[in-house]
Amino acid sequence: MELVLFWIFSILMLGFGSAVIFLRSPVSSAMSLVMSFLGLAALFVLLDAYFIGIIQVLVYAGAVMVLFLFIIMLLDIKAERRRRLNTPAWIGGGLVVGGVVAMLVKVVMDQPAFHVMKPEIGDGMFDDVRQVGETLFTTYNLPFQIIGVLLLVATVGVVILSKKEIK
Amino acid sequence: MAPTLAHYLIVSGLLFSLGLAGVLLRRNILVIFMCLELMLNAANLSLVAFSRFNFLPGTQLPNYNGQVLVFFIITVAAAEVAVGLAIIVALYRTRQTTHVEDLNSMKF
Repeated sequence: MELVLFWIFSILMLGFGSAVIFLRSPVSSAMSLVMSFLGLAALFVLLDAYFIGIIQVLVYAGAVMVLFLFIIMLLDIKAERRRRLNTPAWIGGGLVVGGVVAMLVKVVMDQPAFHVMKPEIGDGMFDDVRQVGETLFTTYNLPFQIIGVLLLVATVGVVILSKKEIK
Repeated sequence: MAPTLAHYLIVSGLLFSLGLAGVLLRRNILVIFMCLELMLNAANLSLVAFSRFNFLPGTQLPNYNGQVLVFFIITVAAAEVAVGLAIIVALYRTRQTTHVEDLNSMKF
């Protein structure tokens, strides 16, 4: 049962992921990206990471993709013109990507430590959000505060970048 | 029969290669940016898989350090998207294009 769900969501994610690359119009790419992220969120839930799954839907499928769609609308981008295929680039790209895939599959398949089943979580002790929050606010307290500063800097930077003329 | 760690790692690797292929082959700077997001999310998937398949030492709970790292990656990615899209808008204002082959003033 779990394997069936795993394959359904993986194929959903990878199928819409390839649609991002192969569809010509940026709007279709953005919508496929949303579906791909939803499949990924389902995989997170399958891995018992409920909090991360919900964050994935809220931040990526919600905020980030709305931002992408706004920019596509703002710039009024048309579908990519059909240019003549840049053959060396496609061959080079295919070789690099094929090499990466082959290397990853070889490494993962050769490592016996990766062919393990999910260990069972102990009874009555699974409270995902509390555990993530506790780790975040104790072990990773300083990085958490630095992330807050990063978000502030990003906000200020975006405002300055979007001003009419950059002095 | 349940999926093993290798299943998740290979799916994550395939998603990463899809993102890499998009960055190498697409010419629209916005689509290249979307493919960067795909690659970041592939890294997230493998982190969550490792976190679930390895318990915290001395407990029977998933290793939440990995999930906290995913939380940080998502935050940084959101900031990165905001800044990157602002740069793309500024670029479009001065050059009226989002096509990377038209942006060749630094080409050697």
